[in-house]
Amino acid sequence: MTKRIIALALAALLSFAMLTACGDKQPAATDGTTASDSAVSDSTDATGGADEVKGTLVIGCIGPITGAAAVYGNNVKNGAQLAVDEINAAGGVNGYYLDFKFQDDEHDAEKSVNAYNKLMDEGMQVLMGTVTSAPCIAVAAVALDDNMFMLTPSGSAVECVANPNAFRICFSDPDQGIGSADYIAEHQLASKIAVFYNVSDVYSTGIYEKFAAEAAVKGLEVVTAQAFTKDSATDFSVQIQKIKESGAELVFLPIYYQEASLFLEQAAAAGLETKYFGCDGLDGVIGQLGDKAALAEGVMLLTPFVADSKEEKSAAFTAAYEKAFGETPIQFAADAYDAIYTIKAALEEANVTDPDIDCSSLSDALTAAMLKITVDGVTGSMTWSESGEPTKTPKAMVIKDGTYASMD
Amino acid sequence: MKTKTAVKKAPLLSREAKDRTITYIMMAVIFVAVQLYLASGQAGRSFKGLLVPTCVYILAAISLNLVVGVSGELSLGAAGFMCIGAFTGSVFSIITSASIPNAAIRFPVAILLGGVVAAIFGFLIGIPVLRLRGDYLAIVTLAFGEIIKSVFNNLYLSIDKNGVFLSMSAEAKAAHVFDLETKRDIIKGAQGITGTPRDSSFVICFVVVVIALIIMLNFMDSKQGRAVMAARDNRIAAEAMGVNVTRAKMTAFVMSAFFGGVAGVLYAHNLSTLQAVKFDYNLSILILVFVVLGGMRKMRNIVISTAILYILPEALRALNDYRMLIYAIVLIVMMIVNNNAAIKAMVEKLRDGLRDRAKAGKKEEGGEA
Repeated sequence: MTKRIIALALAALLSFAMLTACGDKQPAATDGTTASDSAVSDSTDATGGADEVKGTLVIGCIGPITGAAAVYGNNVKNGAQLAVDEINAAGGVNGYYLDFKFQDDEHDAEKSVNAYNKLMDEGMQVLMGTVTSAPCIAVAAVALDDNMFMLTPSGSAVECVANPNAFRICFSDPDQGIGSADYIAEHQLASKIAVFYNVSDVYSTGIYEKFAAEAAVKGLEVVTAQAFTKDSATDFSVQIQKIKESGAELVFLPIYYQEASLFLEQAAAAGLETKYFGCDGLDGVIGQLGDKAALAEGVMLLTPFVADSKEEKSAAFTAAYEKAFGETPIQFAADAYDAIYTIKAALEEANVTDPDIDCSSLSDALTAAMLKITVDGVTGSMTWSESGEPTKTPKAMVIKDGTYASMD
Repeated sequence: MKTKTAVKKAPLLSREAKDRTITYIMMAVIFVAVQLYLASGQAGRSFKGLLVPTCVYILAAISLNLVVGVSGELSLGAAGFMCIGAFTGSVFSIITSASIPNAAIRFPVAILLGGVVAAIFGFLIGIPVLRLRGDYLAIVTLAFGEIIKSVFNNLYLSIDKNGVFLSMSAEAKAAHVFDLETKRDIIKGAQGITGTPRDSSFVICFVVVVIALIIMLNFMDSKQGRAVMAARDNRIAAEAMGVNVTRAKMTAFVMSAFFGGVAGVLYAHNLSTLQAVKFDYNLSILILVFVVLGGMRKMRNIVISTAILYILPEALRALNDYRMLIYAIVLIVMMIVNNNAAIKAMVEKLRDGLRDRAKAGKKEEGGEA
């Protein structure tokens, strides 16, 4: 009868699900280890097997590689993979190799926790993630239960690193807001400022709130704050008109580059002639504008990394990244690259020699080590406090001749 | 237990009662199977992590089925009720987490509160909405869902010793003078709520789903429920028979809102962070997909379709980049298969064949399917 058919179909589907669930371990494992395997053979070829390298330590990473925020996840994935390959090629850490496993979370808190659980099944010992803020907060709560050490490359909301086992590479949202207001005031870029922000976004509102507070302290006048939402992120003509009427000299854009590129296009069409100032979310705007990149000319942004920096470390990273992945890295890739080297530094500082160490004791060791290390990375020289926040100086960049150039 | 008494009372079960019994047995089997699997120690973290969200979506889908399947009205606002429930429940749990430290008391109250508040909104919205039919109703519910999302996205709620601060504007909050020592931000606009206690567990969620199923199935078999279905099948005939169609539909709509709200509470207490953007129309559509693929009639089919469709993208994680593509293709294929006359005929034939063989093999027993 019907229920038999249903039961049969169900049984078939369930067993199919089971098969895929069991089956995926194999390819995922091989997938994950290919990088280190090739690195293993490379390094043994190179060093002639001088030191014996045993075992692997699994670093898990979660981020969006599908959906609207995919570019961040992809950059983090690539940047981290690059660092892991370099470390493995140079003989690993403390006598073992690093294994990098990545899971997609579609920029969704719920999916992010699922991805975390998946990585736990795959033997993750350290979490390098998650990439975006809201999922990061959700994962942080679960990671605290497991006492899993987590280092987020780019989760910038305050709560991301509220737990003692959580640290980050990037600046926090409030720091970016305060930093931007300070920079604008200090360099007297403008006195009348308009803000254009995404009211439905954690990142954007987080920066805006602190920016507004700090601007008042510094004597900057926020003449208008124009908001949009995720669902109305295509037509900004009303807001641009209001900004035009407000007589602002500078528009502060604490938004991501997709919306920023649309905004710049529409602002140019509407004849808005102001300066623009943004945060690290604007990184990538040149690529997004494509052949209209001239519109981004003169846009200033506060970011710890720029791809075409002449600085030795950054230049080497950009070159290696471009060679490996055929595209120019954005700040997220640099953050991830630094995150892997930070984990390596912490592993060395804590002198973790057993790659099969359980995640909880590893977390205790790394948490203690994080306070002692100084990492001289692509995004600057960093030290950490118990709050989990990095101490480093932001760089102000301006887009000139289609590339980012330092303002200082 | 429910099933046993039902079986004893009526030796010749009505079709509906038999149907219900099958549903309850199915749920019991699923529960026992999951518990055995968990007890065996074979279960991985992903499996354990998927249990609660699966229950949440099952609850959301069966509650939507009350409107879509049972009342026959296309509602696109399911996420809105979830959003109300999620925020109400979370706020309650956070505020009372100090005064009621025991989650066993606090959580059920949060669940009920979230459901009741969602039901109240369901009633208020139902008044204008249920005067409409078809596409118009769908669009109004869609708009309602978006309004709810936007409201919560702009809502600021803080408490300090002087009282509660509630506002829709960040500027007003910045201008308000708080007592900094006792200030607690509860809802922070787009940044939502963080720090909801993670009270949801599989057993609690499963029990809630079963309770919801019992209530819904009994409702469908009640006078009101039959009136709703009669109005769905032929509104004019039902009205001519003296059925108060609006009232019947309102009952189903409010009940749907209630359980949608409950699903939201369970959802919020599974994650420690909650943002209103999660409850956009995509979520409403997702739940609608579960319902449509489940056939829009029997609750247990919806339970099954939801479980499969929710777990599928997670089970496909091994496919990495192709995961969402495959998921979409599977969705299309399943929709077509579900609706194809030729395939339906084939299933029919197969079923008849099995029935004949079952009859023939009844004496031997046991061998078949």
